[in-house]
Amino acid sequence: MNTRMLTYTKLDSPVHRLTGFTKLVFFIIWSVTAMITYDTRCLLAMLLIGLAAFRLSKVPFRDYSFVLYLILFFFALNHLAIFIFSPLEGVRIYGTQHDIFHIAGRYTVTWEQLFYQLNIALKYTAVIPMALLFLLTTDPSEFAASLSKVGVNYRIAYSVSIALRYIPDIQRDYQNISFSAQARGLDISRKEKLPRRIKNMISILMPLILTSVERIEKISAAMELRGFGHKPSRTWYKSRPFNMLDYAALLLIVVIGVVTAMVTFYDGSRFYNPFG
Amino acid sequence: MAQTQHNQLSIKTIVAIGIGAALFVILGRFGSIPSGIPDTNIETTYALLALFALLYGPYAGLLIGLIGHTLKDAIFYGSPWFSWVIASGLVGLIIGLIAGRIKIHEGEFGAKEIIKFNLAQVIANIVAWFLVAPALDILIYAEPVNKVFAQGLVAGISNIVTVAVIGTLLAIAYSKTRTRRGSLTHEA
Repeated sequence: MNTRMLTYTKLDSPVHRLTGFTKLVFFIIWSVTAMITYDTRCLLAMLLIGLAAFRLSKVPFRDYSFVLYLILFFFALNHLAIFIFSPLEGVRIYGTQHDIFHIAGRYTVTWEQLFYQLNIALKYTAVIPMALLFLLTTDPSEFAASLSKVGVNYRIAYSVSIALRYIPDIQRDYQNISFSAQARGLDISRKEKLPRRIKNMISILMPLILTSVERIEKISAAMELRGFGHKPSRTWYKSRPFNMLDYAALLLIVVIGVVTAMVTFYDGSRFYNPFG
Repeated sequence: MAQTQHNQLSIKTIVAIGIGAALFVILGRFGSIPSGIPDTNIETTYALLALFALLYGPYAGLLIGLIGHTLKDAIFYGSPWFSWVIASGLVGLIIGLIAGRIKIHEGEFGAKEIIKFNLAQVIANIVAWFLVAPALDILIYAEPVNKVFAQGLVAGISNIVTVAVIGTLLAIAYSKTRTRRGSLTHEA
């Protein structure tokens, strides 16, 4: 169960040098923009900018390659599902029908459907580089500091920080418990009958939850003793001052957001229609 | 939890959100077991979410769902699927709101509480997976209507069953570890 996850590694690049706050704001506006627009031209431009930013970050390919395969798999599955459930969704959206070939029954491949699914694909691929980049280049402790700077209540920012801090610990706990359960013959795979499987799963979950509840008591007692939450605000060890690069990045994302919104809603529809 | 009465975000709630979200991430990635029906897994992480909403209240439920699901998607799949993230938060919130007053910390989890807990989780899952998640999928991602409702239906039913079985059993097991109020008897 040596599953790899996306983690921060310290490197020196323009993207790493940006403050966590800038990257967070950039990522939020970027995601919202990609969610709103369905304009192919905007999405393509965003994808290219995202890929350019990735090159700039110098993150080695092996740090995230495994995620790309996973994404590709879900991607294929999702597109197949869209086609199976609604083969003429594109025709409905764009209002015209140009057939390519007929498969069977109501399944006809049309240019409109292909274009619509291309747009969905673009919508995801436009966000993915930025999301990956954000995760790979932001120090988790600085992330909590940035959340609080964006205006999130610092108690909630602290919760996020605790979550990030304890994910590796809990993963280790889970592995230890699950391995020792398996050593005692508790099987949770397909080989065991379903009721037994569930019962075995519960005997893994129970110790995990009880140790976690105990851990919650311990950490909150420690925080209470140190006077956490006594004051309305707090400072963060990992927050950094702004520099020119940050202002430039923030300006860039505001421009991208505004231009995309203008282009998208210029003709009163979220969809760019090359057929009409 | 008397603390949560006057302060909605007590230190214990803050820590519970953090640890709960971390548990959500780990169980979301490793804790799904095959159900026997193709492509449908038993997501034990929702049993955990329901239990933590029951233990630590609606705020904890909401934030564990939101933070946990966002981090899980981000760390393992590269980008969060926001419509389902919001639905997860909603599940925690609704269960916490309805079932949060059960005094499970004092070992109280009998037939009455089990019914209340399950009522809460059924309502929460119906609202989140049958209505909110598909609606947001359409709104944000403009996916085909019948596809997202079919997905929501499968996810909702599987989560209801998971929480009903695993969530209830976990809650009963947890309540047994607590000392019941008034459980001491006077020895003559």
